[in-house]
Amino acid sequence: MRASKLSRPFLLWFLLPSALAALLFLAALGEVLQYAFRIFTPGSLEVGGFTLENFARLLRPIYLSVLVDTLTISLLTALFTLVLSYPVAYAMVRARSDALRTLIVLLAITPLFTGEIVRTYAWILVLGSNGFINSLMKALGLVTAPLPMLYTRFGVLVALVQFSMPVMVIVLAAAISHVDRRCERAAANLGAAPSKVFWHVTLPLTMPGVVSGTVVIFAWTMSAFSTPQLVGGGKVLMISNLVYLQGLSSFDFPFAAVLSLVALVVAMGSLALVRPAVTRLERRAALH
Amino acid sequence: MSPAVSARLGSVLFWTAVAVILAYMTIPALVVVMTSFSPSELLEFPPSGFSLKWYRRALSYADFQSAFANGLIVTAFAATLALLIGSAFAYLVERYAFPGRVALEAILSSPLIVPHFTTGFGFLLLGAGLRLGQSYAIVIAAHVLLTLPFVVRSVYVSLRNLDPELERAAANLGASPVNVLSRVTLPLLLPGMAGGWLLAAILSLTEFTASLYVTAQRTQTLPVAMYTYVREYTDPTIAAVSALLILFTTALMLVANRYLGLRRILAIDAR
Repeated sequence: MRASKLSRPFLLWFLLPSALAALLFLAALGEVLQYAFRIFTPGSLEVGGFTLENFARLLRPIYLSVLVDTLTISLLTALFTLVLSYPVAYAMVRARSDALRTLIVLLAITPLFTGEIVRTYAWILVLGSNGFINSLMKALGLVTAPLPMLYTRFGVLVALVQFSMPVMVIVLAAAISHVDRRCERAAANLGAAPSKVFWHVTLPLTMPGVVSGTVVIFAWTMSAFSTPQLVGGGKVLMISNLVYLQGLSSFDFPFAAVLSLVALVVAMGSLALVRPAVTRLERRAALH
Repeated sequence: MSPAVSARLGSVLFWTAVAVILAYMTIPALVVVMTSFSPSELLEFPPSGFSLKWYRRALSYADFQSAFANGLIVTAFAATLALLIGSAFAYLVERYAFPGRVALEAILSSPLIVPHFTTGFGFLLLGAGLRLGQSYAIVIAAHVLLTLPFVVRSVYVSLRNLDPELERAAANLGASPVNVLSRVTLPLLLPGMAGGWLLAAILSLTEFTASLYVTAQRTQTLPVAMYTYVREYTDPTIAAVSALLILFTTALMLVANRYLGLRRILAIDAR
């Protein structure tokens, strides 16, 4: 016992702050859990005794439809993000010139750090009826009246995909850069056309990145808030907007707590569900 | 079509697609910058002239001034606390086996997955329970937890790349564990710790969703003040603030790329 203590001289001092931080986080989540089972008193922040009523409320059609909408939008966002990010990631890793690779990195990654409010606000300017796209189309004579895009599901989707792309590009670029190029060269030497090399060698070898990236984006989009809030403008409701409405507008903390738990369970559940599949794909890619 | 021609065509199509997708990723930021110089109160495109009045309004707007100051206070404390806690934890994870390590790792990395509104709402309720309300303490606590995983990862990677022989040599020459840590390990970890701190600071400065829950008017950070403004007014003041933030991040990325190499940091260099 003494020997192990001597070989780990800083254990206690280093452990204390992180244990405290973990405790604080668990306490915060514990509060959410606790509120989910309490009776809401309209007009008061004080909550009553134990109840399961808040969970039963989830099954009402209006809340169920928000849940289904959230899942649909998240799924579509993840898929479109994957399809648009793959070529960018591929170009980022495989472009011949060093300057071009750096330029692509800068263009694709910088948006990640400007913050969600700036990025969401930008889409209001792009999608609005006097915005960039409508003005451009009017100038080109493609439309006479502005197309409604802001405050629509389409607009929210367009903004969410752009929002998710930098992270997806990073994940995919890492996967593509780890592909052993000898495998591709071998296939090409055996007479496979470039497209065949891609579909039969490169893509399968990057499948672990593809699957885990897509699921991460799905989980993150489940918890997206500012995009549906500002680009959706109250016309497109996702679960995050409902939490905000219930929690900070109606002050119904118990129901807001139930909704934020649902979001947490779906986000964590989808990542946990897919983990075995990713492990299997990684093993298969390693066998190649 | 001969194989050479079809390969050429494929390559042209591919690069056209990449250019269009990159335009889709970049155009919103350009539109913001152009709008910020518009003389008109209403959103219009293209702008009918050139004016700096929205920059003047943005910089003189009291709510933005106090929110920016609040943000700096919160970020300074949150990023520094996250650095201290996260570096110590990364050291533990890399060096020691101790009971509860896996559980602690899982809890401290979970803010990456837990929706920010759940985290924010949780800290709002916790603040109320602890009678701290929406004070700086609770805002900083939430930001520490949200940025901690990034610091831990950054320092952990540096520790993995550190040559353990250097520490062993110092210990063999008679340096005490504290001396080895402060004279050998810490100096070698500084780049990783600086990177972790910077990442935490950027994420804290720009964090919005959780901050919306845990801040009050008195403690609100810049993104929250910007959100409030967008909901109340439609003029391009926010475009001016956004343009400044875009300029700042772009400069930061250029510097990071120049001195640290972005592709190396992101582990996306081809073999």
